[in-house]
Formats: sequence, C-alpha cells, structure tokens
Amino acid sequence: MRRVYSLYSTSVGKKYTMAVSGAIFVVFVIVHMFGNLKVYLGPEAFNHYAEGLREFGAPFLGHEWFLWVFRVGLLAFLLIHTVAAWQTSRQSWAARGQKYKKQEKLVFHYASRTMRWGGVALLLFVVYHILHLTTGTLHPDFIPGDAYHNFVTGFRSLPVVAVYFAAMIALGLHLYHGTWSAFQTMGLDGPRIKRWREPVAIGVALLVVLVNLSFPVAVYTGILQ
Amino acid sequence: MKLKLHVWRQAGPSARGQFVTYETDASEHMSFLEMLDVVNEDLEEKGEDPIVFDSDCREGICGTCGMVINGRPHGPWKRTTVCQLHMREYSDGDEIWIEPWRADGFPVQKDLMVDRAAFDRIVAAGGYISVRTGSAPDANAIPVVQVNAEKSMDAASCIGCGACVAACPNASAMLFTSAKAAHLNLLPQGQPERYGRVLDMILTMEAESFGTCTNHGACENACPKEIKIDVIAMLNRDYMKALLKAS
Amino acid sequence: MELRSKVPSGPIDQKWTKHKFDMKLVNPANKRKYHVIVVGSGLAGASASATLAELGYHVSCFTYHDSPRRAHSIAAQGGINAAKNYQGDGDSVFRLFYDTVKGGDFRAREANVYRLAEVSNEIIDQCVAQGIPFAREYGGLLDNRSFGGAQVSRTFYARGQTGQQLLLGAYQALMKEVHKGQVKLYNQCEMLDVVLVDGQARGIVTRHLVTGKIEVHLADAVALGTGGYSNAFYLSTNAMYCNVTAAWRAYRRGAGFANPCYTQIHPTCIPVAGDYQSKLTLMSESLRNDGRIWVSKQVDDDRAPGDIPEDQRDYYLERMYPAFGNLVPRDLASRRAKDMCDQGKGVGETKLGVYLDFEDAIQRLGADVIEARYGNLFEMYERITGEDPYRVPMRIYPAPHYTMGGLWVDYNLMTTVPGLYAIGEANFSDHGANRLGASALMQGVADGYFVLPYTIADYLAQAKLDPVAEDNQEVRGTVEEVESRIDRLLALDGDRTINSFHKELGRIVWDNCGMGRNATGLKEALEKIPVLRQEFWENAKVVGEGGSINQTLERAGRVADFLELAEVMCLDALVREESCGGHFREEHQTPEGEALRDDENFTHVTVWEYTGADTAPREHREPLEFENVPPTQRSYK
Ligand SMILES: Cc1cc2nc3c(=O)[nH]c(=O)nc-3n(C[C@H](O)[C@H](O)[C@H](O)COP(=O)(O)OP(=O)(O)OC[C@H]3O[C@@H](n4cnc5c(N)ncnc54)[C@H](O)[C@@H]3O)c2cc1C
Ligand code: HEM
Ligand code: SF4
Ligand code: FES
Repeated sequence: MRRVYSLYSTSVGKKYTMAVSGAIFVVFVIVHMFGNLKVYLGPEAFNHYAEGLREFGAPFLGHEWFLWVFRVGLLAFLLIHTVAAWQTSRQSWAARGQKYKKQEKLVFHYASRTMRWGGVALLLFVVYHILHLTTGTLHPDFIPGDAYHNFVTGFRSLPVVAVYFAAMIALGLHLYHGTWSAFQTMGLDGPRIKRWREPVAIGVALLVVLVNLSFPVAVYTGILQ
Repeated sequence: MKLKLHVWRQAGPSARGQFVTYETDASEHMSFLEMLDVVNEDLEEKGEDPIVFDSDCREGICGTCGMVINGRPHGPWKRTTVCQLHMREYSDGDEIWIEPWRADGFPVQKDLMVDRAAFDRIVAAGGYISVRTGSAPDANAIPVVQVNAEKSMDAASCIGCGACVAACPNASAMLFTSAKAAHLNLLPQGQPERYGRVLDMILTMEAESFGTCTNHGACENACPKEIKIDVIAMLNRDYMKALLKAS
Repeated sequence: MELRSKVPSGPIDQKWTKHKFDMKLVNPANKRKYHVIVVGSGLAGASASATLAELGYHVSCFTYHDSPRRAHSIAAQGGINAAKNYQGDGDSVFRLFYDTVKGGDFRAREANVYRLAEVSNEIIDQCVAQGIPFAREYGGLLDNRSFGGAQVSRTFYARGQTGQQLLLGAYQALMKEVHKGQVKLYNQCEMLDVVLVDGQARGIVTRHLVTGKIEVHLADAVALGTGGYSNAFYLSTNAMYCNVTAAWRAYRRGAGFANPCYTQIHPTCIPVAGDYQSKLTLMSESLRNDGRIWVSKQVDDDRAPGDIPEDQRDYYLERMYPAFGNLVPRDLASRRAKDMCDQGKGVGETKLGVYLDFEDAIQRLGADVIEARYGNLFEMYERITGEDPYRVPMRIYPAPHYTMGGLWVDYNLMTTVPGLYAIGEANFSDHGANRLGASALMQGVADGYFVLPYTIADYLAQAKLDPVAEDNQEVRGTVEEVESRIDRLLALDGDRTINSFHKELGRIVWDNCGMGRNATGLKEALEKIPVLRQEFWENAKVVGEGGSINQTLERAGRVADFLELAEVMCLDALVREESCGGHFREEHQTPEGEALRDDENFTHVTVWEYTGADTAPREHREPLEFENVPPTQRSYK
C-alpha cells in the first residue's frame, strides 16, 4: 500500500497511472472499433456480437457478468485517469502563476496541447455516448436488445453526427499524443520502440478516427440502412 | 538600428511587475546583452535604476543568463543562450518583448532575475556520487563503455539555466532533473546509488513549485544544450524500478 | 611582514609525504568543534568545502553567484593535466613537475610544484569516481590529448567542457554535504572584508546581494578561493563578475600580495568588435594545431583576405619559429600578434587582429575532418562574428586570461595572516611567471581536495582560538568599516557611470601593463591611475539603494578595488627589471626579441605589503631556489 501511495504521491507516478489507464483505453477503443465494424456485416451479425458481449464467458459466467466487470473496471480506470489528469493539471497551472505576455509554443506537435480540453470533451462524450447508445436515454427511437437498429437510427440526425465528428477529432488528437506519450511516460524508448512509437501513434489515431467516423457517415449517406 | 524594447520591470519578489518601454539604438555586432548594457548605461546616466538581469560568462556555459525574448527562452537562435545571441538577428524598427523565466519554482528576485535555488536543492537531494576524497580507486580501474560515456556526457552538458522550465507549458522541471540523474545513472560509478538517487531527486523536485511533465517536448526545443527528452523516459523508467525495489 | 615558506626539508619527492606525517592532526571527535569559512565555490572553493565537511569540520561556503555551480571555473574548455602516463609516452610526476617549473620561467616554488604534480594523479582518480564523464577510447579507458605544446599526452578532457564537468563534480560533492547539514551554503552573498581578531583571521563580513543585509560570520579559519583578477583589464576572457575584492580586502588587512604583474594573455581570442564590448571570448588553443596564422605583408592592407595572394601573406610565426611554427607558447604567440598590429598590419575593421586560416587544413583533410575537430568552435565563432570560418579566415587577437599573481601563501597555503588561506587562482599559485595550459584546473582541485584540508589541521590543532563574540570590538569595527564604505559608494552622485571608470582603467592597464611593458609606460600608468581613482570617488555615480539587488553598487565596489590593485600591478611590473613568462619588459629582451630573464637579481617572489591608503606598499622578497630543475633560457627557435 505504501508503494501505491508513494507511486501516486508524485507527478511522475500520477503520470504513470495515466499512461497505464490510457493504454488500456487505447486497447479498448481499438477493440470497440473492430467490434463495431461488424455493423457492416448486417443486422444479424451485429446483434449477435452485441448479444455475445453479454454472454461472454458463458456458461462459466452468468448473463452480463463479464460486461459489468468490464464496465466497472473501465469506469475505475476512467476515474483514476480523470482524477490524475485533474490533479496534475492543477499542479501545472499553479506552477505558472504569472503568465507570459508572449509565449511561443515550442511543443513537438499540436496534439499535446489539446489533452486537457480534449480530455474533458471526451469525458462529456463518453457520458453522451452511453446515454445515446447504451441506455438509449438520449435516443429518439431506442429498442432495447436491437443494437443494429439503435445504431442505424441513432445517426440519422445531423447534430448527432456533428457531435460524433467533434468527439472523434478530440479522440484522434488524444490518441495521437496519448499513445506516443504513454511510451515516453513508461520509459519505453529503446531504439526500436523509438523508431516505431510515432508511426504507431499516428496509425492508431487515424485508424480509430477514420473507422469510427465511417459509421455515422455510412448511416447518414444511406449506405447503412 | 532603432529598437523598441518592452522590458518586464518588477521591484521585488512580491511586487507587481509591469512592462516598461525603452527605445535604443543598437549595432548589429552587439550581443543581445551588450545591447541591454547600453540601455542600462543610458539609464544610469539619467539617474534611473538600470534593468536587473543576470549574466556572467557570456560564453554560453555558466547558465547564469536567461530571459524570454518575444516568447522564446534565450531568444530565437537554436543551441544558443541569450548571452550568445547577437543583434544581427534584428532589424531597424523591431519591437522586442523581454520577460523573465516565469515559473513559481523560480520566483522573480528583481526585473529579469529569478531565483533558481530549487535546482540546487534537487541536486543536493541525490545528484552526486558519494566518494570520500582520496578513497577512489585508480581511474582506469573502471572502464566505461564509450557509448555510455558519450551519452552520460550529453546529459552532463546541462548548464542549469532553467530554460526548460521557462519553455514548458507546465513549468515542469523534468528535463533538468532527468538530465542530472541520467548523467550519473549512465555510468558504472553511479549504479550503487542509482535508485535511491532517482527517488530522492524526484521527491525533492515535487516539493518545489514545478508543474507536471506531459511530454510536450517544448523543453527539448528550448534547451540551449540540446538535452533530449530521452533522459526523461529514462528517469520515468528508473522511477518505476526504484519503487519496485524500495520495500 | 615575514615570509616563511615553510617548505619541508628532505628530497623533493618526499617532502609532501614527510610533511603530511609531521603535521599536527585534529582528533576526529574534535573536528566538528571547528568552523571553517570558505569563500568561493569554484573548483578550489567547492572541492575544499566538500572535503573539509567530509572530514567532519563545520563549513560555511560563500559565493556571490546564485548557485555554486556558476563559478568561473565552469568556463574552462581545454582540459586538466595529470602525470598518469596512461599513454605510455614517458610521462611521470617528475616530468610534469619539470615542465611546470620550466613553463613558469623559473619563478615558482619548486616544492609546491612538485606536490602539485604528485597529487595530479589522485585528482583524476577522484574525479572519475565522482562520475566526471571524461573522454574515453573505444576500449573504455580514459583518453588523453597533448595540449599547449606539451611533448606528452597528459591532458584529460570532457569535450570542450572540462571545467564545467570538473566543477559539477565538486559542486555535487559540495551539495551532498549541504544536504547533510555539514556545509552551510550562502549563495548570492558577497564577502566584503576579513575579520581579524588578535591578528588571526576569525571571520568575514558579507553583503547579501538580494536583501542588501550586511552580516558578520565568525569562524576558526578562513579560506579564499575567489579566483583571479584579469578583469582589471576590463576586457578579458573572465566572466563579468570576476573580481579581486576578496583578495584585495585580505591584502588591506595584512595579507601579502605576490607578483601582481604576472598575468597571462591568451593568443586566440575573438577580437574586440566595438566600444560596447563587454567581454572577450576565448577560442580554444587547439585551433593552432591546424590553423595557420598570417597577416598581409603590406601595411594598412584593406583587401579582403581572399584577395591577398599567397606571396603577399606573411605567415610570421612559421617564418620566425620554423621548429614550432604556429604552436609556440602562448606568450610568444600573443606578443608577435601585437607586434604585427603595432606595425599596422592588423586585420579587420579595428585593425587589432590577425588571421587564423584553415584553408590549407580544409584542403588537406577535408571540411568534414575539420568540422569533427572544431565544429563547435567554428559555430561559436560564427555566432559571435557572423563570419563563416570555413570560408573566411578567423580573426583572432590576444586577450587577458589568467593571473598567476595573487595572495602570497606558504607551503600550507596560508597567507601572511594567521588562519587566512588562499586557494586556486586567488593565490600566487604554482605557475611562476607563466601558466601552462590545463594546469589551472589541476591546481584549483589540488588545493581544494588534497592540500588545504590537511594543512589546515596543522593550524587548527595548534592555534589559540578563543571564542569571539559578535560584539567584539575588532569585529564591530570591521562591520562598521564595511557599512560606511557602502554608504560612501551609495552616496556617489557625480556624472560618470561606474562602467566608464572600469573601461578607462582597463585601457590604461592594457596599454601599459599588458603584453609589452616598459618603464615609461608603467610610470605614466602610475600617474594616471591615482588620478582616475580620485575622480572615481568624486565624480562616479551610483544609482539605486542598498536594501535590494543593486548591480551598480556591486560593480562600484569591485571597480574601486581594481583601481587600487591596478596601481600595485604596475608598480610590481616596474620594479621587476627583467622579462619572464607573461611579464615582458621591452627593455629586457634578446636581440631576437625574446624575453630575457635576470636570474641573478630576480629569482624571487615579490610580495607587497599594504601600508595605508595614502602610502606606497612595502616590497618584500621570497628568494627562490632551484635544486632540481636548473634554470635555462627558453628557446623555441
Ligand atoms: C575562458 C577560460 C578558459 C580556461 N580554460 C582552462 C583550461 O582549459 N584548463 C585549465 O587548467 N585552466 C583553464 N582556465 C583557468 C581556470 O579555469 C581557472 O583558473 C580556475 O578555474 C579558477 O578556479 P578557482 O576556483 O580558483 O576560481 P573561480 O572558479 O573563479 O571561483 C571563484 C569563486 O569565488 C567566488 N567569489 C569571488 N569573490 C567573492 C566574494 N568577494 N564574495 C563571495 N564569493 C566570491 C565566486 O562566486 C566563485 O564561486 C580557463 C580560464 C578561462 C577564463
Ligand atoms: C477514450 C478515452 C481516453 C483514452 C483512450 C485516453 C488515453 C490517454 C493516454 C494513452 C494518455 C497518455 C498517458 C501518458 O503518457 O501520460 C492520456 C493522457 C491524458 N489524458 Fe486521456 N484518455 C482518454 C480519456 C481521457 C479523459 C476522459 C480525460 C479527461 C478528463 C483525459 C485526460 C488526459 C490528460 C490530461 C492526459 C495527460 C496529458 C498528456 O499526457 O499529455 N483522457 N490519455
Ligand atoms: S536541461 Fe537544457 S534548458 Fe534545462 S536547465 Fe539544462 S541546459 Fe537549461
Ligand atoms: S552568461 Fe553564462 S551562459 Fe549566458
């Protein structure tokens, strides 16, 4: 416990927890994205997949057991990630009490400067996304159990598509810097990793953003019915 | 060339500062600090308080000088401290904004001069190898792989100027701290104290008023000695190892 | 004033060992009862503070810098000598000793030099163990280079930053002791006087540069590692803040000042560009390995260097010294450059410079080899001058660089004031009349790590050190003197800035007591300096107040001391009727224009004793004996 505390008591340690939780999210969004690709295989395949998630681990695990463990886990990591983001941000804001009149941004890439507001956008988006497609609270025509229907009908309105677009831009930037940054934070900078981490970060960000955006676009343009 | 300077003037650590505008006529052969020397001579002749700024070697090695010029620590030249910046860079009619390093870890003492004693405290916490004078073995008894010696030297070339903190959007001191640790941690002599050093230096850095590194990379771009953020990755890695070991 | 060198008896190679045995020790349990003040955190001061603290003494270390790591030692580029003989090229302690005595033109104390050569090896061991990243060969062992014309490769180096790396080592050792509480560090704190009680040095008076607070600090002994006084010339390669105040205040309290006229002018510096110039930048001596020095054969030749055909160029060093060519020692290279400029053959806008040309080397070796060797120096040159040395020859000119003179010390490094020590460049050192390249660092760390910490015990163990109270009359008196001097400076409200006085003084000293000196010029300087000093106290202007950072006030105090020192420098140069090392009296030269020593009359150290503000200092002499290295005339023909 002391070790956990001492880990979390420094900014270096907080960053480490952010990198680990962030990396878990990265894996999650990639898996999530691949799962969503099933939507192109038609209603049956997609609903089967959605059902499969609920029955994951059966017969050993009961209905939705896995999913709940998974949700609780993700939520816990999100909490850690967000709290650490909040605390480290506060520390940094306090560290520059008096602002510069002029400040050139000398950062490696623009994405790193979007992490905070981008992160907040993502948080809001996650809430919206759950209310939209998981609980259906903010869905105009939600049918519990028919994931395909909900998916397709969910993207028929322009404002919703716009929200997803905005969120994916934030996600792309966050993924780009986040993936790159996680390697750095975890001290993974061997010569080979160093060669790959930038292309990997860009690749992951582009892949996730483009594939995820293809869904609303496909629905809106009528490719997916 | 005629220049308009907007210089941050602040009477003391707790005083409110503001920009004061000066006009001066500079030669292109002057160094930036010599240009300020001339402004100060004029002020003194008029009986006004000259602008306080710190500089000593004026050769880019002591790390004493430092100011943010038009938003950039040490000014626009790469690999260059402000004492080595020359006025060729500017042309007639230019306006130049001059500010001190702005970070709570570096309180302003007066005008452009800041207190960087926090760096000394970070080093004092563990940035050394304990060896009692006179007790060392023969120098060639410890061969050092040349590549490591070179990497260590890269890190050791940090001049402790603080531009990394000044440039960092988070005002984090990670580049400095990591460079200091890496210099020693890359050498065989530094191994016995390696993980204790890492913990002690990081904990001390935390106790000062610096921000959190978010891998922006601005420090590397601002560093006059081109210290790379690789040293930060190394410190991060060593920190985890240190926590695993410390039980 | 009595000059007892206290050199131990016995053969030269056993003196130090014997002395270490003969000296009184302080019992380990008693060490913590002693408090030592070290002023200076350069190589000498930091290493002394760290070692004394390790031994158990209580140490207070003072520096006017914001961090101990910024002391001027940081700027040394070339390297540090040691007699390790790692290259197997026949080096030995005796050879390093021999070279140093000879290089110093037989004006140094043999026993000190031998000790220096002896501990040089321990220095490298110590530094490597501290993690100083010296250059290494592919096999992982230490690399060496030959430096400053030495015949063996004995110079250890860390890129072009040897001074920085050595100082960081000493600084880190110091900070370790600060952390432990064994050293109390006072940064941004300037020493303005030594406190003497019953004739013993018992403390110092300081002004805190940020708060302006004047304070007294008491101790059992005081060591000054406060650096050299090249800034008496105003323009030098020394850092802006380097000054003589600490040593000068000690002199005024009775410490003898030795050989002030021994100053070293470095031949390869970037020439002055204009009136606003604040300091000069050294270009490493190693450039002379591949660069060729020349001027036009014509007087007042305004052509660009590229337009001057080969047969109209005078490679004067190669012409005059065919055996050594461009690699003649510093003093010769400097003087010949001055001759050329005096003859009107100087180059550049100011006509004070000579070319250092790499064209041949680039043709012979290729630009990439030259870049690998000197890339960073070329870059620095271009940054300062805006000219590209790959295409246009560099312009160089000599500049004041190092001062061999300083506070007189005995074999134990104690000045003529009991309990007051001087270490590093601040003492009159082991370099005689001329210092060899890469030997100043060696001496600074030798004094700090390996000599002072042991010799000081001998004093502490024997001296009668009664407790001194802050309200002791002598203590109060010193504090009051410091306060009233500061008030006097602050009250200066004339027409001229402090800087203008410093510049004018520098001009006088450079013109008359620089590379070449003669009786007429020195006498003229001795008339001008007191006049300038008087004008300073009547017509200088100090703005601002004393209760916070006031850089004008700081400078004023330092310039006031330079105004006094400069006079003694010139006086010393005048009475030394010979040429030796860095001291070149134009009246005393061989027909070929080389320095002509007068061993019969001047084989001694000249030591000046302060006798009062308005009276001339008293001259004393410490005779020098050369039993191991018989004096010879230097010759580089
Ligand atoms: C550009 C340059 C290059 C050089 N290169 C080499 C080289 O390659 N090899 C070599 O061997 N030598 C070289 N030298 C010489 C060498 O660097 C110095 O002689 C040596 O470092 C002096 O060390 P020091 O500790 O005596 O003094 P310094 O390093 O000058 O330290 C003086 C200290 O005293 C403090 N101080 C002074 N006065 C006061 C006061 N009144 N109150 C409080 N604190 C005070 C300062 O703050 C500082 O900490 C070079 C010198 C120069 C200028
Ligand atoms: C899908 C969701 C998310 C993913 C995939 C993700 C991923 C990542 C990753 C990999 C990192 C790098 C960790 C490091 O090395 O420091 C990171 C950092 C960060 N995240 Fe997230 N994160 C997500 C959600 C959030 C949320 C909701 C917030 C804020 C409320 C947030 C705020 C931040 C901040 C401030 C950083 C640190 C900045 C930096 O490293 O530059 N993130 N994130
Ligand atoms: S890391 Fe670079 S910018 Fe930071 S203190 Fe060191 S030299 Fe200056
Ligand atoms: S004054 Fe020394 S680095 Fe600029």
